[in-house]
Order: sequence, then structure tokens, then C-alpha cells
Amino acid sequence: RDKSVWVWEVDEEEEYECVSVLNSHTQDVKHVVWHPNQELLASASYDDTVKLYQEEEDDWVCCATLEGHESTVWSVAFDRSGERLASCSDDKTVRIWRRYEPGNEEGVSCIGNDPTWKCVCTLSGYHSRTIYDVSWCHLTGALATACGDDAIRVFEESTSSNPHQPTFALAAHVPRAHSQDVNCVAWNPKEPGLLASCSDDGEIAFWKYQRPEIC
Amino acid sequence: LIYRRSGERPVTAREEDEELPDSIDDREIFDLIRSINDPEHPLTLEELNVVEQVRVKVNDAESTVAVEFTPTIPHCSMATLIGLSIKVKLIRSLPERFKLDVHITPGTHASEHAVNKQLADKERVAAALENSHLLEVVNQCLSARS
Repeated sequence: RDKSVWVWEVDEEEEYECVSVLNSHTQDVKHVVWHPNQELLASASYDDTVKLYQEEEDDWVCCATLEGHESTVWSVAFDRSGERLASCSDDKTVRIWRRYEPGNEEGVSCIGNDPTWKCVCTLSGYHSRTIYDVSWCHLTGALATACGDDAIRVFEESTSSNPHQPTFALAAHVPRAHSQDVNCVAWNPKEPGLLASCSDDGEIAFWKYQRPEIC
Repeated sequence: LIYRRSGERPVTAREEDEELPDSIDDREIFDLIRSINDPEHPLTLEELNVVEQVRVKVNDAESTVAVEFTPTIPHCSMATLIGLSIKVKLIRSLPERFKLDVHITPGTHASEHAVNKQLADKERVAAALENSHLLEVVNQCLSARS
């Protein structure tokens, strides 16, 4: 809640020490998550943005700011490749962002040598209240959301989807997954379709999801 | 200018029947919030017309409550505190299934977006109530007038 992001490292004595304090956000930071295979960090904030950080010349710096959400961003998740990021917000939408390198074929402009992140899809009209968490399954590509309307939803990318303009369809919707706000959802990294969720009602639930035939 | 307090709620025959459930309605929510004290003046929110029954919208079946409150002046610095008091009163009084929306009557405050956003953020509300001084002020607003 102090608006900062801290990066920690394990030292020779196997203790964690703080190596950087980043004060890029202008409001509370709600969530941080690491890129699946690179030293890249993402954060979500009450200031309506997602920020990305990497190490440059021995110092951690903010290398990108993703703007577009109209209210607090509560969580972010990378897909398996790390080329895409999903963010969820108090504005009741999920946004999908894609990384574009300088000199990309799609003509997305970049500043200098840094990649740029562009919002390529917005999922709106599905959630009736704040979306507190989003989880992107690294086994199947399914996207799960945790919502303040007590529901859990799963979205699947259409197979004929254009990677630069992807379309996602609502594949599953459990309206009363919990009796209060769902705060968190997490896909199991080893077992496809196994999802965990937790809620203000004090419960943790386990779910088995199967992709429907028509999607 | 002090607004007149509404009278007692008339009890209907249906409500007297112990067998039939009474759903939570606008009047019941209004009854919960009307006597909240203004932090600065020795008057209730009803007497200052900060809350009105017509600005309370309840849907018991869907477990939603929306309360609009009107700060006395557009730059009222107590707006967040008043909103927080209303929210806390409802949190303490209603079943946990209810989704509570407390916001400023549109067009009546200079910082309504910022205030509404704070009131809608459950982490911010929880953090505010961990501040013992602020909690004390809220409790004073919620205490019965002596």
C-alpha cells in the first residue's frame, strides 16, 4: 500500500535481501508476478496501470507502462510463452496485451530498442463486478477469472484466432462458485483442468474444468 | 436548513405475520443510516439531507444495496469519512451476502470519482479501519446521539 515494488534476492547465506525498491506507481500496488522464463517483473496498481520492470546495468528499472484500464488493475498473468499478458480490473474487463519487438512486421511502433506492449483484446460485458484475479493456464491456455459477483469464469481462445487480434469466448461460468467475492484463482501447473479458488467467505474450493466441445 | 425526520415506519399486517419472511427493502436500509451523525455538526445525515430514502436502492433477491449520499457542499472534506461511516454501518448490520455500493450523488462533489473509488476498494476500506484514530471517528459518527 506504500506504492512501491521491492525486488529480493537470495544471498550466499540463503537469506533474502532487498536489492531494489521501485517507486514507479502513483498509487497502491495490488499484485506482482514474474515472467515465466525471463527476468521480467509485472505489477498491477490502483493507479489503473500495469508496469513492467527489468534489470538494466545492475539496476532495476520500469521499462513499460500499460495504460488502458479505466480503474484499479487487481492482477496480471503471463501466458506460457511470456509474449502475452492478461490483466483484470475494477473496470470489469480483462485485457490481453502482446509484446512487440522493435522492427516488428505489424508496424507497431517502439521507442528505441525497447519492446512495446499493445492491448490486442478486451473482454467486456462478462463480469458484473470487480475482477480480483486472473490465471492463465500454462498447460492448456485457458484463462480463469475471480470476480466480486461470487462467480468463476473460464475463457478459451478461439482456434482460428488471429494472434494480433485474438478472440476469446466464455467457455464456463459458475455463478455461485462461492457465497462471497472470489479473490483468487490458480491453475494447477501439472494437472490440466485443475483449478483452485478462494473467497471472502473463508473457503478454498477445487474445481475440475473440461474444455467444452464447441469453443 | 434542517430536514424533518421521517416518522416511525408503519407496520403492515403481512409484516406482523411471523410465518412470512420480510425481505430487506429501501426503508430498512434508510432506517439503518438515517441516524448516523455528521462528523462536524450535531445533526444526523437525514437532518442534513445527506441521505434520503429515495437514494437508497435495495434488491434483496440479488443481495445488492446501493446508497447515494449528497455532501452538504461540493468541497466538503468530510465526504470520504461520511461515505465510510455509511459503508461500515451497512457492513456491520447486513448479512454477508450483500454487495454494498456507497457513492456520492453524481454532480454534487468536486472529487466524487476519487471518493467513490476509495469507497469501492475493499482493501482500502479495511486498511482505513485499521487506523485506530479513523476507526474512533467512524464509531463516534455511528454512536447514538446523547
